[in-house]
Amino acid sequence: MNDLTHLTLAEARDGLKAKRFSATELAKAHIAAIEQARVLNAYVLETPEKALGMAAVADAKIMAGEARPLEGIPLGVKDLFCTKGTVTTACSNILKGFEPPYESTVTEQLWRDGAVMLGKLNNDEFAMGSSNETSAFGPVVNPWRRRGSNVHAAQEGAIEGAHLVPGGSSGGSAAAVAARLCLGATATDTGGSIRQPAAFTGTVGIKPTYGRCSRWGIVAFASSLDQAGPIARTVRDCAILLRSMAGPDPKDTTCADLPVPDYEAAVSRGVKGLRIGIPKEYRLDGMPAEIERLWSEGAAWLKSAGAEIVEVSLPHTKYALPAYYIVAPAEASSNLARYDGVRYGLRVPGRDIIEQYEKTRAAGFGREVKRRVMIGTYVLSAGYYDAYYVRAQKIRTLIKRDFEAVYAQGVDAILTPATPSAAFEIGEKGSADPVEMYLNDIFTVTVNMAGLPGIAVPAGLDSQGLPLALQLIGRPFDEETLFAAGQIIEEAAGRMVLPEPWWAK
Amino acid sequence: MTVDLDTVRRIARLARIAVSDEELPHLRGELNAILSFVEQLNEVDVSGVEPMTSVTPMTMKKRRDVVTDGGYPELIVKNAPATEDNFFLVPKVVE
Repeated sequence: MNDLTHLTLAEARDGLKAKRFSATELAKAHIAAIEQARVLNAYVLETPEKALGMAAVADAKIMAGEARPLEGIPLGVKDLFCTKGTVTTACSNILKGFEPPYESTVTEQLWRDGAVMLGKLNNDEFAMGSSNETSAFGPVVNPWRRRGSNVHAAQEGAIEGAHLVPGGSSGGSAAAVAARLCLGATATDTGGSIRQPAAFTGTVGIKPTYGRCSRWGIVAFASSLDQAGPIARTVRDCAILLRSMAGPDPKDTTCADLPVPDYEAAVSRGVKGLRIGIPKEYRLDGMPAEIERLWSEGAAWLKSAGAEIVEVSLPHTKYALPAYYIVAPAEASSNLARYDGVRYGLRVPGRDIIEQYEKTRAAGFGREVKRRVMIGTYVLSAGYYDAYYVRAQKIRTLIKRDFEAVYAQGVDAILTPATPSAAFEIGEKGSADPVEMYLNDIFTVTVNMAGLPGIAVPAGLDSQGLPLALQLIGRPFDEETLFAAGQIIEEAAGRMVLPEPWWAK
Repeated sequence: MTVDLDTVRRIARLARIAVSDEELPHLRGELNAILSFVEQLNEVDVSGVEPMTSVTPMTMKKRRDVVTDGGYPELIVKNAPATEDNFFLVPKVVE
């Protein structure tokens, strides 16, 4: 009964509750789909035995009438989340074989609510990338192909043709959700790492407000920007997952002590009377006409659902990305100082301890990670700290003020495109100039700099048949409005018809 | 601002990443591309602007200063490349 992988998370939850199928059947259908899809490289570790064990517990709970909110729902976990006793590497060679003796708060809460773990998902090394090409496990294949593309499954479990990237850094999460290899996945977003891959794969992804989800047990990249969130196939599915993932945590001092609303109830709330802002600074020179059209269409959908559309101004938008490329590497260089070959992970011996550090880090980190650690080291070094780091943090204050001014005018949410283009080919971007790849996050990174919530919702296809998405940006801790408005876009655009499994042999 | 090869070598040393002489010119090009990209921040008038210290206004959570966890050194050293009697082993640092 392979159709079980085609259910939405909400449908699967209701079907389990009604005992139309068991959690074990649901887990088995996904395990089989994962086996058929290894060529996509979405999972870096499959945990079928764990999944079946958790599914058996779920079935017992359901039979006893004690089903928890996510009872029996099979999920994938980004390899950035520490999972107790299950190898967690952040897709870096420096953490090869690392077996955490603890569980991240976010995943702990998912298991507390009855979810089932299918395995660990690929991502850019330490979440640094926008295409999943920096992973030590190799790139992920986007299940979407351009119309008329020559990409196909070849013999011996290989793919022929120049395939597309799924975006990054949560590329494995997005690809697995789009290819129906799980009903939802955990992801993290530092500059766009949930929303951009969701946009590239026709899935829904929400980055909650900074502080909504605990960062405890998530491998740190840039601590003032990192935030966990779900990727799933519908707005409702994301709402269901976020409710379990979010909430106060005494182990993370930056995690907000706020009650978690019933996000699913907000999904059908509508947008009547809401004021939606369209920021003029997001209208970039040379923006593809298709994206421009999609954006206007999105505004029209919200308007016909009863929202008021107003033009707004966020004057410091263009400085968000350059400021990010100071703040994020600075924090990364500090966070990644812990990989020294002493307490965990790789060790390459040297003449003395300094040489051991240097050799270990040279061998363990990939090129993008080294680049960012070095930029971060430079902007924090004596003589450059004020010129770079302090200036970038001042600009961050200005970016946040822009948003505060717009919200003070009574704007409830802001509508923008999610990405400047659809998915691109593997190897197409960033090989000569790293900045070319960084530009992918131009619409998403402002949200992290200001600590706001943002959701990417698929809104249509481009002329090549690839998905494009719109982004909604909310007020701090008002994810509910994003779910309500996101639902309007999902309904108006029509649910994405995901690719058939051309990769399965 | 651009960096020269000596600066790249110095940054690598500060970052504790071994970089060979052959890698230096390429790394320098990449670092300079990023530095020239962030140059545009100099256009912004930041006089009188406070640098951001916390993205959401919140007071730091505090708890009682008591031991709430621990007592399992074997788990702490479990993933270490070299240990002895629940201690991390490193090359000699003091003569």
